[in-house]
Parts: sequence; C-alpha cells; structure tokens
Amino acid sequence: MHGRPRRPDKPEDAAAAEAKAAKLRDLQAQVLHNHHSRTYTKEALGLSFKLLEINPEAYTAWNYRKLAFQHNIGELSEPEAIKSAIDDELRVVEVALRQNPKSYGAWYHRKWLLNQKLAPVDFKREFGLLDKLLKVDARNFHGWNYRRFLARFMGVPEEEELKYTIDKISDNFSNYSAWHNRSILLSNLLIKQSKGFESKQKIFSEEFELVTQALFTDPSDQSGWFYHLWLLAQTSSPENPQLIASWPSNGSNLSLSSLSSICCYSLKEGILPIVLYFNEPVKGLSSSSVSLNSDLVVSKNIQWRPLSVTDSGHSNCWVTYLEVSNLECNSLQQFSVEVSITNSDEIVSRSGSNYNCPVHFSFTFELSNNDSTAKDIDPIHELISWDFSEPLLSHVNPSCICFEQLKITTSLVHKESNWHLERLSDEIDLFRELHDDNSKFAKLTLARLLLACAAIKSRGSSLVERKGYCEESLGLFNDLIDLDPSHKRYYEDERSLVLMDQLTCDMEAFKKYCSVKALPKLAPLNHVQLCRLSLTRIGFAERLLWVQMLDLSHNNLRSIEGLEALQQLVCLNLGNNQISSFTALEPLTKIISLKVLDLSCNEIGTHPIDTTRYICPSPFSHRVEACEAFEECRKKNINVEEFWDAILFFKHVNLVQLCLEGNAVTNKENLRTLVVTLNPSLKWFDGKFVH
Amino acid sequence: MGDGGELAAEKHVRYIVTVEKRKDSFESLVMEHIRLNGAYWGLTTLDLLHKLRAVEADEVIEWIMSCYHPESGGFGGNVGHDAHVLYTLSAVQVLCLFDRLDALDVDKVADYIAGLQNEDGSFSGDIWGEVDTRFSYIAICTLSLLHRLEKINVQKAVDYIVSCKNLDGGFGAMPGGESHAGQIFCCVGALAITGSLHHIDRDLLGWWLCERQCKEGGLNGRPEKLADVCYSWWVLSSLIMIDRVHWIDKDKLAKFILNCQDKENGGISDRPDNAVDIYHTYFGVAGLSLMEYPGVKPMDPAYALPLDVVNRIFLRKEH
Repeated sequence: MHGRPRRPDKPEDAAAAEAKAAKLRDLQAQVLHNHHSRTYTKEALGLSFKLLEINPEAYTAWNYRKLAFQHNIGELSEPEAIKSAIDDELRVVEVALRQNPKSYGAWYHRKWLLNQKLAPVDFKREFGLLDKLLKVDARNFHGWNYRRFLARFMGVPEEEELKYTIDKISDNFSNYSAWHNRSILLSNLLIKQSKGFESKQKIFSEEFELVTQALFTDPSDQSGWFYHLWLLAQTSSPENPQLIASWPSNGSNLSLSSLSSICCYSLKEGILPIVLYFNEPVKGLSSSSVSLNSDLVVSKNIQWRPLSVTDSGHSNCWVTYLEVSNLECNSLQQFSVEVSITNSDEIVSRSGSNYNCPVHFSFTFELSNNDSTAKDIDPIHELISWDFSEPLLSHVNPSCICFEQLKITTSLVHKESNWHLERLSDEIDLFRELHDDNSKFAKLTLARLLLACAAIKSRGSSLVERKGYCEESLGLFNDLIDLDPSHKRYYEDERSLVLMDQLTCDMEAFKKYCSVKALPKLAPLNHVQLCRLSLTRIGFAERLLWVQMLDLSHNNLRSIEGLEALQQLVCLNLGNNQISSFTALEPLTKIISLKVLDLSCNEIGTHPIDTTRYICPSPFSHRVEACEAFEECRKKNINVEEFWDAILFFKHVNLVQLCLEGNAVTNKENLRTLVVTLNPSLKWFDGKFVH
Repeated sequence: MGDGGELAAEKHVRYIVTVEKRKDSFESLVMEHIRLNGAYWGLTTLDLLHKLRAVEADEVIEWIMSCYHPESGGFGGNVGHDAHVLYTLSAVQVLCLFDRLDALDVDKVADYIAGLQNEDGSFSGDIWGEVDTRFSYIAICTLSLLHRLEKINVQKAVDYIVSCKNLDGGFGAMPGGESHAGQIFCCVGALAITGSLHHIDRDLLGWWLCERQCKEGGLNGRPEKLADVCYSWWVLSSLIMIDRVHWIDKDKLAKFILNCQDKENGGISDRPDNAVDIYHTYFGVAGLSLMEYPGVKPMDPAYALPLDVVNRIFLRKEH
C-alpha cells in the first residue's frame, strides 16, 4: 500500500469495507469462472470491466478480455463494428488508468490493441490521453514509455519529440523524465547526423546553455545536474582510444641482474609480460592488431588478454606473456622486441570508436645461461620486512629505477580540438561564480569540470599540467565531505583517485615516495611507499607498471582494483586497510610474479555481506564451475559453502609469504589448512616458518 | 538505533503469520492475484528472521503447487489465475527456501521460461507478449536457480539488457525507458548472474544510486521522488552488486526503515505512519539484512534469497 495512512478501523468503516470486499470477492470469482468456461458474452465482459475498474492490476481479467476480443472480433466483418469493439477496449483501459495511472496491465492492453492493427489508430486521441496524463503526473514513466511507443508506431520524427521535451522542461525544469528523453533523442540524432545535428560542438554548446539556465534557477533540483554530467562526459571523453603506457617502456633493457638494466624477476620463470595500457577500455587486441617483431622466435599465436577483474572483452589494460624459458643461449645474449600498433579497425572502445594513433616502441632483454646464481636463488627466501625505509633515490644510482616509464607514449597522444577545452573553461568560470552557494552539486560539478579539463590539457603534453587542477579539486572534495556527510565515502573515493593523480603526475614530487629495496644476493626491487594517505581506492595504475614492491599499508583501501596492471609486482603490503573479503583481492590473482602479501589488520571475515561477490568470478555468476580445488578441500573437511571465496583466491595465487593476522577470518578453524593445501609454495605464514 | 528503536522482529513475524488469515479483507482481495508473490515476501522475511519454521512447509508447498499450470509449465499468482513469469519466479524462490525444488518438473518449468525469449534476446512475461527488463531478470534468475541457464541464448539476453542502458548509467524497462531503481535492480541482477557486470559503469551508476538517499535517510526510486522503504532493497542490492554500497549513509537508512515499523501490530510501511503491508515488511527487513543488521540473516543481492540458501544451491556437492 503506497501512501495510505496507518489508522485503526472505525466501526462504520468496517461495515462499508465488508460490503466492498464482498462485492470484489464475487466479481473476481465470476470473472475467473467466465475465463475458465470461455464465456465471452456481453454480460460476462461487463463483469470483467467492473472488476478492472476497481482493480486494474487483476491481470487475468486483462488476459480474459484479450481472449474475448479475439473470439468476438472473428465474428465481425463490418469495419464500423470492429472499430466499436476496439473502442470498447480502449475505454476500459482509460477507466482503469483513471483508477491507477501506473497499471502495467492497462497500459499493455492498449499497446496490444494497437499492435493488432485492425483499424486505423486515432493518434489525436492517443496523444490527447497522454497529454492529460502527463499533465497530472509529468513523471509517469508508463506515460513516457507509451509516448515513445506511439512516436515509433506512427513514425513521428525525433526532432518533433525533441521539441516536446523542451515544452515539458519549460513547464517545469524539475522534470527528470523529460531531460532523460532529451538525452536519448539527442544522442540518436547526433549518431544519425540528422539535418541540423551534424555539429556536436554547436548542439552541446546550446545544451550547456539550456541546462545551466535550469541549474541557476534551482540549484537544489537534481534533474539538471545529471543532464549536465552527461554533457560533460560527451565533451570531455576522447574521440578515439589511445595508448598511454606500456611495460616495458620504449628503449628499456631488461635482465635478471640490474647492473646496467632494469631487473625483471619474471625472467627467472621464463616469462616476459608485455603490458599495454589504454586511456579507456578497448577490445580487439590480437596478433593481427598488435604487431610484435623480435629476433627471438615469437610464436604466431600471441594471445593478448584483458587485465581486469571482470575479464570482459573490454579493458584498459592488456597483457601478453612471452615464453623465454626454452631459449638456447650459451653466453650472455641480447634479444630485442618491437611492438607496433597501426590504425586499427579491430581495436575499438566501448562507444565503438577505433584506434587511430599509430604507436611504435621497442626494448631489449638479456638472458644468460651462466647467470646461475640469479636463476637458482628464490628471490624471497628470507622474510621480507616492511619496517625499514630504504635509502632514497638520491643515494643510489638513479638508473636502477626506470622513471622513463612515466614518459612513455604521452608524446604520441593526440591533442584534442580546442573547442572542448574552451567549453569546459567557460563552464568552470560559471561554476566558480555559483559555487559560494554551498550547493553540493555545484561544487561536485566544478570538481568534475576541473578534472575533465586536466585530462584534456595533459593529453599529448606533460602530466605536470594536471597538478593545479588536482589541487583545486582536492579542496572541493574536502569541502564536500563536510557539506554532505551522508555521501562522505563517495567523495573520499573520488578524492583518493585525485590524490593518486596528484602524487604521480609530477615526477619530482613522486620520487619522494620511490626507493629501492636491497635484497641479499639479488637485484634490488623498485619500491614505492604510499602509506598513511587516506587512500580508499587505486587510480592511475598506468603510472606504476614498473613497481616491484608496493607498500600501501595504513590507508583506508577497500578496493585494490587496478593493481592487476602491475605485472612486475613481487611484494605487496596491504596491512591496516579495509579489505573486507577474499573476493576483493581478485586483482592479485592476475599477477603471476606476486610472492609476498601482507594483509594484516584488515576486515576479512568481519562482514556477512560481500560487496565483491558478483564482481569476481564465482559459481553464482557462472564464471567459475565447480572446480577441483573445491573437491580437494572437501576431502580435508573444509566447508566449501563457507570458504568458497578463500578457496578460489588461494588456488589462483602462488605466494611464498603471507600475513593474515588481525583479520576476523583467521579465527575460523580450517583456514590455515586451506591456505597451506592450496598454496604449497608458502614458506612464511604470519611471520612464522611453514613446515 | 535512534527514534525507530530496534527491529520489532517478533511483532513482524506475528504480523506475517496472521496476514495469511485475513484473506477476506478488501486489501487482501485486491492483492489476491499476486498471492504467490506475497508468499515469497512473507516467507523470505520469516527466514531472514530465523522463523521459517513458524509455517508448515508441506502445506505451503502443496498450495504453491496448486498454482502450477502443468500444461504450460508456469505458475499463476493464485489458484485459478493465469501463468506468468512473475509468479513462476516466486514459486521457485519459495521452493528454494524450503530446499524442495524436487517438487518441480524442473525441465518443464525451465522450458516455459526459455520459451518466452524473443528473437532480440528480450523476454515476454507470458503468452501475451508484454516485454520488460523485469522479465529478463526473472527468466535469468529462475533458470539459474534451476541450473538450466543453458536453455536460453544468454548472450542475446545480455545484449538486450545492455540496449536498455541509459546515459545516466541506469536502466529502463525497454530501450529508451527512463532509469528507475527497481528496473536497475533487475538489469544489474541479470548481468550479475550472467557474469556480465562489465557492461556497467559502476562509478556512474553508483553515484546515481547513492543520490537516491533523501534527507530523512530513506531512498527514492528516481530523482526528485519521495523516499519509500521498498527502495531500500532495490537500491541497496544494486549498490552491493556493483560494490558501491558504502556510498550511502547506512545508519540513516536503517533509522528510516525502523521508523516505518508498526511497533504495536507489526509490519513495515512505505513511509513513517503509513499503513503496513507484507511487501514493505519484506523490503524493510531485506534492506536491514543487506546492511548487516544484527539478528537478521544476510541476503544474496542478486537472487533475493538468504545467502545460505543461495550458497547451498550453487555449492552443494551434487551440482
């Protein structure tokens, strides 16, 4: 019951209600009886009309009327008689809608009648009915759906319908339904390049003006703000996908030792990952769309795999693993690899635009059979400690760390047309004016405008250009956290991304967080420490592709999505964060090089509701079938219904060191058995040696 | 927990059990055609409150099966009413609660659902051909619970749902239809069950959904609408499936739901001080379950059943 006040029945009401109920009970019984006995007489139809007048939701009565209509119409041949039979049905619908304008059954009955195409439709009557209904409730989505149905049915041009939306919006700016319909119609017209809609620039400029007028009239109404966000997305997203980072980077030299080159631990295992990172999710990377040339024999069947938790066809990040284990080399030998992507119809973004900025890069790597010391030693033989800060970059040979990675392909990225930037700058000026209003939407929109502007400005030029925008928007997000505490964690998540952007866009500033971790007898690891920064999620992973040891401890991370791109990562510290399930760790199952994982003091096992249950592959989403690991665990009396997420995680990682202490899940019996069973390579568990 | 106090679980259990006996009131009669939905709402609420045993399972199942149409394989909303997917899902869900899917001719029911898939991947609700993304969810959810998803063209079903995605990140009832929290639940749920959540811009949709929280703490279904307890389920479950539920203020929402309780006679209403009904009682308790309210069983956001029931269905050994 929607909107009916709660009150005790008065005695006189009770008697009336009793009579009303008795009438309805009789009607329902009679209609069902007529339905089952296929009685389609005038009298029987009259009863169903009465029922639907009282209860338009009685769906079987609508079905009954359809059957009766089909039955009776077969006996009519005169067009007038047919028309009158249809009119009768239309009238029933109108009466029912008067009782409940949101009756699914009534609206569908009308569509069904029209679709029978037995008589010409009186469109004036139809649109008249709609006008009346939308005047009473301008947001009735059944009405709007019916309007779209009618427009399609009679072939009303989309330009006409667009005019109708502006009429409705002029009546009342606060009409989300009309703004919504406008966005649908406009995108269709732009895609079709209909007359008058050839220029996106002209159309969007006009739309910005229209919506800004609405926003300044009532800044607290949501309708316009969502429309504005859509316009902003249309204006700021790049026209075509672009490659923004790769690992290895152009010109780099990799080897197992690090004297004059970049140390790559995965070489030890005979695998060389190549990572390509695009500015938006793309699909279609294959041996034909990405050409790989090398003096080492590369198999023709290079498989490019999307690196994302969802494993979908589209991903920002793609990887291929070159097998280098069975190369014959007697002495130190150098191999080179060239990667190029030309204009490709195969590589396409979600919006369907294809890759059109050719890019080429090359790198070399060294292999040596004689390098036995490096090959035999397990890099993580000894317990890794996170406690001691290693010497900063300035104290060691800077060539150890490949900061060159940060530059990569930015010079190859195309500049956007100036229009976008001008448009956004105008909007920024406008919203700076509005923003002392304490309107949260104005502040949020301003922050989004600034970040969109930063993205466009730094495209094709230095990332440092972003810094000023980042700083201003950080201030806005901090304000928003105070202004709108109910959505605090949304703003914190947005702030976290900007924070990571700000930290990594300026190479000089970023160096403060970077160091090298010396390991006994081995090449040092590229180490990045981003601790105690209130990070809640990961952004701009494309700037961290080279990191081998990452300390993210003492933040508020609840998601680590994005880390899957770090295919060089060996050690990861997530201690003292807010990770609440094993499913949230899914990105780590994509990093083959990961050996050391610190998860101490998180919230795994604390929450009965798992918010990544459907993000990660599971039997519930049909992305994992019952697997052998489940069977293996059942044999050890591990409850699969309870531990399925832990089983799927530990089955897919290959850790040498793990720390889980300080998570509620460790109190559960069997967890240790599970971990050790599924992870035979584990040597250290919670700081203790595993036998 | 603020003004609404605590969850009056005992009272709600009594309300649900007695609603059953007030079949003859006008309100019950108006809902007569959806009694099978009512059974699902009431029984799931009982299970969430650890009180499923308050009803006689065999009686319930016998009644459920009396709504079955053996010739089509579908269920009607009540005895004598026509078959429709809306009630077929409720029937299957209730049988899942009691772990009694064996009462069904599983293939017959699955064929009924699969037979309603249209050429474009969409689903009709029944033989009369109404198309709506609600029916896509129902079809996918039902078939998945029956382990018969392979009977339909999943890719086409997913493509159709994606064609109903809007520029605000949400979904409508059909291509071009306005985003609505209930419809969003259906589409997100269907995509979740088919492992297709990558079609969703989680930040965009998450922001739209978290902005459904109104000043008083309750959630609405569309921008500029009033808060209503039922959206506690539609919005929360969608936010959980896309991992953005932390973007709303759970304490304020829990207070809103608890304020809608009839603490004297049991039951929960759409808004404070309105008349209670079984539908809002279910959505209120389900919302609290999704917010990990103490004493309430956790629920699965996609299948709309208690977590232990869903885990049992998909992880039990025979499957």
